[in-house]
Amino acid sequence: MTDAVSSPGSVVAATDVDAHMIHLLREMMRIRRFEERCVELYSRTAIRGFLHLAIGEEACAVGVMEALTPDDAVVATYREHGHALARGLSMRATMAELEGKVEGCSRGRGGSMHLFDASTRFYGGNAIVAGGLPLAVGLALADHLQGRRRVTACFFGDGAVAEGEFHESMNLASLWHLPVLFCCENNLYAMGTALKFTESETDLSLKASSYRIPSWEVDGMDVLAVEGAARQAAEAVRGGGGPHFLEMRTYRFRAHSMYDPDRYRDKGEVEGWKEHDPIPALAAQLSERGAIADGDLERMESEIDDEVQDAVTFADAGTFEPIEDLERFVTSEHSSGATP
Amino acid sequence: MSTITYREAVRQGIRDALVRDERVFVMGEDIGHYGGCYAVTLGMLEEFGAQRIRDTPLSESAFVGAGIGAALGGMRPIVEIMTVNFSLLALDQIMNNAATLLYMSGGQFNVPLVIRMATGAGRQVAAQHSHSLEGWYAHIPGLRILAPATVEDARGMLWPALNDPDPVLIFEHAMLYNVEGELSDDPVPVDISTAAIRRAGSDVTIIAYGGTVRTALAAAEQLASEGISAEVIDLRCLRPLDTPTIFASVARTHRALVVDEGWRSGGLSAEVSARITEEAFYDLDAPVARVCGAEVPMPYAKHLEDEAIPQVQDVIAAVRQMVA
Amino acid sequence: MGDFTMPSLGADMESGKVTHWLVKPGDEVKRGDIVAVVQTEKSEIEVEIFEDGTVEELVVAEGSQVPVGAVLAHIATRGPAKAPGERRSVPPVAREPATGHEVRAASRHVQGATSHGPLVESPIVRHLAERLGVSLESLSGSGLGGVVTRADVERAANTSAARAGQLGSRRPASSPFARRLAGELGVDLAQVTGTGPGGSVIERDVRRAGLTAASEVRGTPEATSHDRQRAMQRAVGALMARSKREVPHYYLRETIDLSTSAAWLEQANLERPVEDRLVMAALLFSATARAVKRVPEVNGFYVDGSFVPSASVHLGIAISQRSGGLIAPAIHDADQLGLTELMRQMKELVIRAREGILRSSEMSDPTITVTNLGDRGVESVLGVIYPPQVALVGFGRESEQPWAANGVVDVRRCVVATLSGDHRVSDGIRGARFLREIDRLLQEPEKL
Repeated sequence: MTDAVSSPGSVVAATDVDAHMIHLLREMMRIRRFEERCVELYSRTAIRGFLHLAIGEEACAVGVMEALTPDDAVVATYREHGHALARGLSMRATMAELEGKVEGCSRGRGGSMHLFDASTRFYGGNAIVAGGLPLAVGLALADHLQGRRRVTACFFGDGAVAEGEFHESMNLASLWHLPVLFCCENNLYAMGTALKFTESETDLSLKASSYRIPSWEVDGMDVLAVEGAARQAAEAVRGGGGPHFLEMRTYRFRAHSMYDPDRYRDKGEVEGWKEHDPIPALAAQLSERGAIADGDLERMESEIDDEVQDAVTFADAGTFEPIEDLERFVTSEHSSGATP
Repeated sequence: MSTITYREAVRQGIRDALVRDERVFVMGEDIGHYGGCYAVTLGMLEEFGAQRIRDTPLSESAFVGAGIGAALGGMRPIVEIMTVNFSLLALDQIMNNAATLLYMSGGQFNVPLVIRMATGAGRQVAAQHSHSLEGWYAHIPGLRILAPATVEDARGMLWPALNDPDPVLIFEHAMLYNVEGELSDDPVPVDISTAAIRRAGSDVTIIAYGGTVRTALAAAEQLASEGISAEVIDLRCLRPLDTPTIFASVARTHRALVVDEGWRSGGLSAEVSARITEEAFYDLDAPVARVCGAEVPMPYAKHLEDEAIPQVQDVIAAVRQMVA
Repeated sequence: MGDFTMPSLGADMESGKVTHWLVKPGDEVKRGDIVAVVQTEKSEIEVEIFEDGTVEELVVAEGSQVPVGAVLAHIATRGPAKAPGERRSVPPVAREPATGHEVRAASRHVQGATSHGPLVESPIVRHLAERLGVSLESLSGSGLGGVVTRADVERAANTSAARAGQLGSRRPASSPFARRLAGELGVDLAQVTGTGPGGSVIERDVRRAGLTAASEVRGTPEATSHDRQRAMQRAVGALMARSKREVPHYYLRETIDLSTSAAWLEQANLERPVEDRLVMAALLFSATARAVKRVPEVNGFYVDGSFVPSASVHLGIAISQRSGGLIAPAIHDADQLGLTELMRQMKELVIRAREGILRSSEMSDPTITVTNLGDRGVESVLGVIYPPQVALVGFGRESEQPWAANGVVDVRRCVVATLSGDHRVSDGIRGARFLREIDRLLQEPEKL
């Protein structure tokens, strides 16, 4: 089933729509600039370990977050900077975490792959592919048992679909009719291996429907389409319709991670997808509508650059957690720092 | 006081928790309609309903992870993994999520999850169904590992475990389910951090847990008739270990023997031995000895299985050698 | 921080193997110290270091072959001051070559052969001697110029292991507890027959050889009192020899005016029933125990290279035995006891000690010992510290002495108090403070 939604809602004032679209554009741009800056920081070794960038996939995170309330929960993967920012984590806290500073959202304990934030119910940041799906099922189970009308949005990539945990979680969520919104960002590659080399059935939403889970395919490069589909699905989930599945067709413009030489993708393919970059696409739409003037974009970019720079400055000036605190938070009783 | 089985004691503990705290629910394979693989949850589906007694599909990873998520979401789940052997399918969730979330998130997310598992060998169910992996799990920071060996602990450890803000794994030795013991009708609360001296003695300290506590006690009884006074420690909590109790005992007896059904290489017995050497070295009059499971995948034939598991005679022989 | 690297010891040398490290992390080294032995294709060569500092880390393990220039150790370079009581090192450098002396044994390193003054054995010989527990002073050297060589050391080590009181690495296998117990009881392990696995010495063997009759003597019927007495003498002798060998003693003495105490004592005894009457020794012991508070460095144990102060003061009282031996069991928490109780415990302890019925804790617990030879009739006693304690207080005979004070000479009742101190733990200043504190306390006897 292909999506049909190209613009949200029924009749609203033109300016409201414009304002919303500008908001979406800004959100995507924030992520883009943040990620680009991460490349630079990684090269100068301020960020270490693994770094997985969402460049090209911004529309997925931004679009889906629009459909969630602050009370909902989000479970994401190791490519989650965009999800974190769109969910509401500050750039400062996120950047500080990437630099391993105690001011980071996870006190520097997690790094790029383990961003956590209790205030926005952002449950990571999971580095095991498909490892977050059972967690999402559990969070939804808790809501179900406590009679709360909340949605747990669970993001994962096409690679997760091969894992046993994907199938177990889909089955369990469906069996128990749990309020999970499964959001699959299908960027056609699981790390370095194309989908066609790993899946006997590459139609992912077909897999979902085999678990009797209603599923949508969405153009993941069109943020409005993503938002529209997500709103519909989330509403259904929230209303007691059980789990739903969104397959967002998207593409990452950069390699899997900073260590990846990206040998497995044809340069032509990459360039081709870049023509569907969600950010210029939305900017063009706004321009056509006359919603933004020439200087507006520059202004927005400049503001965003300032925000990113501020985050970098904040992170650079951050402090490292004292070594004496190494064993804090292994368990709760040791949060006083006592030795086990 | 009544005489009840270990199984019944566990059941009472679960039932008690379900009654006292509406956040508690039980999840696992065959716990509802089947009544539990070891009949622990027999009757509970009828009493508490399908919302709180949830049969799961054979999806260890998913339902353990769901237990973690539910705990994150404010519930107090008791996840029953049928046996420790199947827990291997859920190791990723246990180690990479349950044990790690609090630390990785910088202290933001507690996982107040309890996982119960049957463990151990002795029923000729062969290599894939007979593991003792408590030592493996006791290796992981972030987890509390319990091994109730008495009916009192079988009943009493669950409640404090549920109230622990961090994940707790409870290992019930499968051979204990039918064993009977005396239990007070007014149960006394137990702690989940200390070891217990089950028998006082002066010549040697025998350290055991779970299924081997009975073995140690039986050996001590026989040794007493030979004039050897053995002190038996039931570890009860395998992580963190109650080392003060161990060291105080070794300071009295000057000899230590660890009885562990798990394999000796890199197992819990090795950890206990290392700790004693590190901190009670100058109290030792003999090297720390160990009686462990044989380093084999568990065989099916009875005589071989018996040979592979620590027996009373093995403990007696080891002690005799130490005090000779 | 400097790096000590593999030196080139020859034009064609590409790599070398470190066969012996002669230093370990924490050791202080001086420019010119030999710190390692390196094997090249040609021979074993002693290698020196060219800077002062402290060894931080040995990067390359013994037996490793590394190229010339590879980092062998990290040295923290610092100023020259040496800590007291460190292990022996090369004597001061005499810069002009000493004619006719071969300064190093056998092999010399090729670079800058500096001579180091009078005859010394090489570091590796010293190292070996220490490891084998051989006293170098007792050997005559067969090397050039009479220097002690490695062969001399090995030969000496191979002769009877019963070098008096040798508690080095050639003792028989024994359990940790047995060794600890032996140390506490003053038993010479080398003299104990082991009945543990493989003939190792275990607890019961030590107890059998030990001093206290309170610990049951299991098994051997021939442990007569005569044997026990001889064993005890040997044990004490071993302990004293070890003390003298290992503990750097320093000595202080102070004459203390006892007039106030004596007067108080006379008065106090008038008011006491006979059985509760005090002797001066009780005051002396009480003052000693309480003085510890001022100078904790005299109270505790020197174990494994460091001082462990004791929170409690268990005062060892040296008691002579009828057999002629001397033991020093403890009065526990002597600083907390009133004089009456202290006196009572003293009397009881002496009785039990002379009858040989002491508890093992009394034997093992003293944190400082006092010896009162007053009634034996000498002015002062400079005793040997009982390791692992770190001090011994001695009191001599009470006597009347001329005393000059306030411009007037009169006669006062005095006693000479002495302190034998472990210089690794305390020094003259602290020791003096301790003795002065004892003096001060004895001037206020009513507070004891």
